[in-house]
Amino acid sequence: MISTVYAVLFYVATFLMVAGVGMKVFKYATIPVPLNIVVSPAPRTKRGVYFRMFREVVFFESLFKSNKWIWLFGYLFHWGMLIVLLRHFRYFTLNTWWWVEIISPIGKLTAFAMIAGLLGLWARRIFQERIRYISAPSDHLMLALLLGIAGSGTMMSYVTHTDIINVKAYFLGLLRFDFSHTLPADPILLSHLGMVVILMIIFPISKLLHVPGVFFSPSRTMVDNAREKRHISKWARNLPPLPEGIPAKEEK
Amino acid sequence: MAPLDKNDAPKYVGDPLKIPKIECGASLDTNTYKAYPEHNEALGFPGELIDNWQEVAIAKIGELAKKNRAFQVYLDACVKCGACTDKCHYFLGTGDPKNMPVARQDLLRSVYRRYYTFAGKYFPWLVGARDLTKEVLDEWYTYYHQCSQCRRCAVACPYGIDTAEISMAARDILDTVGVGQKYCNEIIAKLKKTGNNLGMNPKALRATLEDLEEDLEDETGVVVKLPLDVKGADVLLITPSADFFAEPHIEGLLGYAKVFHASGVSWTISSYASEAANFGMFIGSYENMREVSWRIRQAAKDLGVKRIIFGECGHAWRVGYSFLNTLAGPFDFLDQNYPIPQHILEFTLDEIEAGKLKIDKSRNDEFIMTYHDSCNVARGSAMGRKEGGQFDVPRAVIKAVCNNFHEMERDTIRENTFCCGGGGGLLTDDLMDLRIKGAKPRMTALQQVTQDHGVNKMAAICAICKTQFAKVMPKYGYEIDSIMSVHQLVANAVILDGQETDEADKAAAEETP
Repeated sequence: MISTVYAVLFYVATFLMVAGVGMKVFKYATIPVPLNIVVSPAPRTKRGVYFRMFREVVFFESLFKSNKWIWLFGYLFHWGMLIVLLRHFRYFTLNTWWWVEIISPIGKLTAFAMIAGLLGLWARRIFQERIRYISAPSDHLMLALLLGIAGSGTMMSYVTHTDIINVKAYFLGLLRFDFSHTLPADPILLSHLGMVVILMIIFPISKLLHVPGVFFSPSRTMVDNAREKRHISKWARNLPPLPEGIPAKEEK
Repeated sequence: MAPLDKNDAPKYVGDPLKIPKIECGASLDTNTYKAYPEHNEALGFPGELIDNWQEVAIAKIGELAKKNRAFQVYLDACVKCGACTDKCHYFLGTGDPKNMPVARQDLLRSVYRRYYTFAGKYFPWLVGARDLTKEVLDEWYTYYHQCSQCRRCAVACPYGIDTAEISMAARDILDTVGVGQKYCNEIIAKLKKTGNNLGMNPKALRATLEDLEEDLEDETGVVVKLPLDVKGADVLLITPSADFFAEPHIEGLLGYAKVFHASGVSWTISSYASEAANFGMFIGSYENMREVSWRIRQAAKDLGVKRIIFGECGHAWRVGYSFLNTLAGPFDFLDQNYPIPQHILEFTLDEIEAGKLKIDKSRNDEFIMTYHDSCNVARGSAMGRKEGGQFDVPRAVIKAVCNNFHEMERDTIRENTFCCGGGGGLLTDDLMDLRIKGAKPRMTALQQVTQDHGVNKMAAICAICKTQFAKVMPKYGYEIDSIMSVHQLVANAVILDGQETDEADKAAAEETP
């Protein structure tokens, strides 16, 4: 019963996340950018923009320059989570890839970096009055959800091991539409997976849209070339034409 | 950056980046006058608040989200990390939390969420979504007119979310339902009639320019022309109309005239496009911005010029550099060997580097200078051929004509510069209180270099900055003339062929050729 419910949940959540984010990406990619609004320090070449975006995504450069605490906690959280996520490939591949083997022990440790980062961010959200002011309930719940996922996952690594062999068999089955395996009825495992399902479902309808959003932010992704290249959008092209030359009656 | 004087004991005047305690509603009552119906109507907007404003405003949000990727992505992507919260000069000056960039965006984002997102439609309390009520509309009017669209927050944001884009959209929505701002809309209406923000007719403009020619001849003994509507001139100068009447703007205009004279390039001002500033940007109206920009194209074609050069004006240069080609291009009828448009500082620096100007730097020795990067030049445009030219070109010109120059604190210059406090359509007397408070970070940074290096003048290249500083600097203990045009410094130092100089000047000129 539980296995069936979770199977359905994971299929639905995966569909909603992929379709939802896909639709958003399509939307972002197709909405016109009617003017060049790149913000300084603005590269003058495409290569420069790739380099800029690389620094933004990999090092969080702007955040580093603007707020060291948020950068520290955000960096710990995001990079900790990335390694942890990559480590999870071992549960979805029959023969674990070599590089997953290498990062697996690291991933067990970076889980703590992820938790520390999340706690730091939450502490700022609670104790720093400016950030408290701008926080909605959903901002707190998002941190709670991520902490719940990270906490329950770490529990299974260090405190009460779950029957990981069967978990892996279950998910490998789901990937192959083979429903013969059952999910261990372990409460920590089930809450871990349940929270992951929630996160996947809300991904395309929440602030998690910053993940695709960062790649579509015109102030960062545009090349500083407005004097050389026109950026006219389709709707602007269709505006009523204005007169060439000065109308006679206005000439003085 | 000039080295700090390490031998002196630290003389601390305060921190320009000091973050205030938040104080809810601190600037809620600071409101700018609303436009009269005739101002709104001249711009194609309803005269006053329409009956079905709520419906129209909500529809407009949807329309803008389809027409402008930035608006859509910025509404979606914010994670409320808080990195921008201490970046706005109006927040630093007033302590009103709604002047924190993210909170300012949220005024509109909360409404967008309510009507356009799943979470906001079904769980508004969870995500801070709210209905569009009259109170919300009033709040928009108040706080979107406390944003100078300077983009300092956009530099700080990990996703580049630009509050200026949100603020422009909000003003566009307000205009669409008939709630315009008097200052901006009246000015745009004037420009459409007369070609400039002052409402100055060609006759008055000609008389002003002739007066200035006389002044120049009195000063130098050389006939320096300020040509108007000369067909077939090489260069069309587009400069803010403040350059025709305000101080220290005029001194800058005289500087351009001297540089053009010395370089031998023929140039002209146009009475049809006698304004560089484009307030269409402030109100976020693409159509109005395009119409204002188009006048420049019309004038250039009509006069048959080969090049367009912009005078010292901040937001104008953002529109000129970043938008003009898109709005009024292609400029295939101009000489493609020059940037279109070109900034007067690019022109002057080329002339200096080519050795075409005779310069006596000592004529500026009484000034110990610093330079205020005007926000829209710094973050919304560029100059020269290299990245960061908008920072380096003005400094190169200042250093070429001045011996004493010191930088203000690193976090208050270049891409981190503060707005003067009067940008983005807020340079109006009804917002004087806000303007004084908004100038505080810049003024504190200036006080630091005054104490450390004896800086007594600050140069800027924006008409709004110059007007704003001339007005607010006295509140911070400076003389009204402590703000200077960069070309004012150029005008002081340039010696024209045949110029009458006294003996001391001549001697000095020989020492520093």
